[in-house]
Amino acid sequence: MDVSRKIVLHFPPSVTGQPIVYRLARDFNLSFNILKASVSPGEDGLLVMELSGDQGNYDKGIQYLTETGVRIQSLSQDVVRDEARCTHCGACITICPTGAFSLEPKTRKVLFDHSKCVVCGLCVKACPPRAMKLYF
Amino acid sequence: MSKTIAEINEKIKNGNVVVVTAEEVIDIAKEKGISKTAEEIDVVTTGTFSPMCSSGVFLNIGHSKPRIKLGGGRVYLNDVPVYTGLAAVDVFLGATALPEDDPKNKFYPGEFNYGGGHVIEELVAGKDIRLVATAYGTDCYPRKKLETWINLKDLNNAILFNVRNAYQNYEVGVNLSDKIIYTYMGVLKPNLGNANYATSGQLSPLLNDPYYKTIGIGTKVFLGGVIGYVAWHGTQHNPHVLRTANGIPEEPAGTLSLIGDLKQMKPEWLVGASVLGYGCTLTVGIGVPLPILSEEILGHTLVTDAEIFAPVIDYSEAHPQMKPDILGEVSYAELKSGHIEVRGKDVPTASLSSYPKALEIANILKGWIQRGEFLLTEPVAPLPGVESDITFKPLKERPIVE
Repeated sequence: MDVSRKIVLHFPPSVTGQPIVYRLARDFNLSFNILKASVSPGEDGLLVMELSGDQGNYDKGIQYLTETGVRIQSLSQDVVRDEARCTHCGACITICPTGAFSLEPKTRKVLFDHSKCVVCGLCVKACPPRAMKLYF
Repeated sequence: MSKTIAEINEKIKNGNVVVVTAEEVIDIAKEKGISKTAEEIDVVTTGTFSPMCSSGVFLNIGHSKPRIKLGGGRVYLNDVPVYTGLAAVDVFLGATALPEDDPKNKFYPGEFNYGGGHVIEELVAGKDIRLVATAYGTDCYPRKKLETWINLKDLNNAILFNVRNAYQNYEVGVNLSDKIIYTYMGVLKPNLGNANYATSGQLSPLLNDPYYKTIGIGTKVFLGGVIGYVAWHGTQHNPHVLRTANGIPEEPAGTLSLIGDLKQMKPEWLVGASVLGYGCTLTVGIGVPLPILSEEILGHTLVTDAEIFAPVIDYSEAHPQMKPDILGEVSYAELKSGHIEVRGKDVPTASLSSYPKALEIANILKGWIQRGEFLLTEPVAPLPGVESDITFKPLKERPIVE
């Protein structure tokens, strides 16, 4: 069975020098789509990517990452909307590069589609009531 | 057909008043015709929920023992400075005030996470606020320092007094430059990357009463979740603008100055806001009931988003440099479709004003009137209209030579 998940990888400085993504592809036959990357030698690295492949290989790949010292998070948990603070103005809609926000035509409420979110964080500061929160 | 406010109030008291929102009335009139609708409907409710910077509160914090004269001293509420140029313990907290140690735009774009609007929201939410004050001391007010927690419920008075709210129409902000800009119209992406607009369009109070036939000084309104009043015409009120055939201003025109009791207000209708790279402000919930006294007044409430036009302005050059250039006009129907065309380019749109919240306000107000909890008021004086000589002038700078 094939799986495809968006994950956030946090690298300690000791790992940023290693070709981790290359090994995921070569050793575990996983395909990857990098959505966001911030990797500099000697500093904590952050990589957001969609990882796909056979379930067995996917699990082995994740195990490999964990053993290497990479901390893994599921992406959908990272940017959340505080429903109590959202005023449904819409300031976020055109800011989001992946179109994760849309207007429900009838009520004109702002919908947030987690599955489209790549955790770039642009909406967090562009939201006037600060309803979008970034969690790591 | 004509009705008086007194007659409508009788109906409200008798429980047989007919109230609809400015959205609902459009379809009703389409079905029944203007004459019958004007006869049947007594009140049309409007609403808006938008950042409004010219908002603030007067607070009387009570006298300490020994007494302190805050007037002429320095006072901070949660590190946000308030205006003290008043009597001993009256202060004014403005929505855009910022803590002195806020980096502002030193680290561009500044985040402006906490300011006057946020203090107002927290006061209304019943949170304790830290007051730190220094004064110069007098014979009758000897104390020079005061540090204390204050809470809205303990204050003598807390009056929300907004000198400019509920703008009658507004501009659409775009960016023609090749770099991103951070404005009060939100984040504007380069090369016409997006277009931001404000106002609730067909639900907006002054767009449903374009010539100020019913809204005047003393009009009772929904303000911050409770009853408030129109205190005056707002600052920059300008009836002399380009208007469509049915009187709708095609640029920012009339404004309202509103007043109400902060102590009773609700935090969901006064929300502190942070505008990236611009500053702090307060998002204010306002609703105005319009008595349907005549067919003419009803006619104005039938305005639809397709009939309201807003000018598209370049906020990278025309707006900051006070140039009159506009990039065209678009209707709210187009704006709300999610896309407008500017210079032949398809530009995605977003609103800074919440339409769902505006609608909620119009419906709350409708409920108050239906349940007899809200009677309409007769204005004690009209707002300056098109016949007045009031104008909106730019600053005439006269260099000071010493």
